[in-house]
Amino acid sequence: MFAVACPSGSAIMPGRMSAPDRIVRDAASIGLATGVYAVSFGVLAVAAGLSVAQTCALSLLTFTGASQFTFVSVVAAGGSVASAFPPALLLAARNGIYALSLKQVLPRSRVRQALDAQLVIDESTAMAHAQPTPERKRRAFLATGVSVFVLWNLGTLIGAAAGEGLGDPKDLGLDAIFPAVFLALLAPQLRRDGAVGAAIGGAALAVVLLPLTPAGVPVMVAVLAAIPALASRRARG
Amino acid sequence: MSWGAILALSAAAYALKLAGFALAGRVDPRAAERWSLELVVVPVLAALIIVQTLDGGERIVVDARLPALAVAAVLVWRRAPLLVVVLAAGGTAAGLRLLGAA
Repeated sequence: MFAVACPSGSAIMPGRMSAPDRIVRDAASIGLATGVYAVSFGVLAVAAGLSVAQTCALSLLTFTGASQFTFVSVVAAGGSVASAFPPALLLAARNGIYALSLKQVLPRSRVRQALDAQLVIDESTAMAHAQPTPERKRRAFLATGVSVFVLWNLGTLIGAAAGEGLGDPKDLGLDAIFPAVFLALLAPQLRRDGAVGAAIGGAALAVVLLPLTPAGVPVMVAVLAAIPALASRRARG
Repeated sequence: MSWGAILALSAAAYALKLAGFALAGRVDPRAAERWSLELVVVPVLAALIIVQTLDGGERIVVDARLPALAVAAVLVWRRAPLLVVVLAAGGTAAGLRLLGAA
């Protein structure tokens, strides 16, 4: 969902707490942070024209925050639903890479795998990989996944219900929240090789295409700006 | 918004998660890393920022969203918590509009 700092990886706490306790405590605080944040998703989704039930369904079933925000933001800006899919799915695809990296430490039963799959997000993956042993990785994945799932959905419901009674979303500055969210998601990615160039290229394409093309198209075309960086990375092997 | 779209997005997001489990063991994680999915996401996020800040219905509009983004940028740079960034951005835009400044 959103990359977060992992306190249990840095072992800041004195040895008073056992490792499992610390995992549960960290999982709870990460869940709380995303839950409060989910309130803003609920408000924005309802302002974009989704019903409360649809907003809650998105959080329950899609359960990957960056994609949910992207999907709703394109629709809110007047883009077609079809044009909201590609950027949302591009952001959701990284969960597949996370699942790839987690399979070895998670239970092998098919039923458990089907359930665990839904919990594969930024936070649960980061918490799992911050642990030293397979047993603790499993615990951290489950504790964080469940904590974020419960509080993300609770926050969404609160936001969606509150959003129904709010006035013009612009008066509350809600439209200014989307770009801030995407900036916070982008910033940690910029340290990668070639990322700054790709970001500038994507932004430039969007500025040029914004007045010329239907809503949703600039974001779809922007992905082309990653090609130079990908090509140079491949050339270096 | 149609329910079909919501269910389709949910099914696709779940399938992507499950695909990772299915492919584990068959795909070298380092090969996946070389696909550089994270890098592909970078220009998309940059474009989303531009569109969400400047869009005025297929034309560029500069309004309270731009100073709000500037405030958010400073806070992100100072590593403020996400929630603080969100509240400050929304508050800046709402405040400026209340004052009739943008």
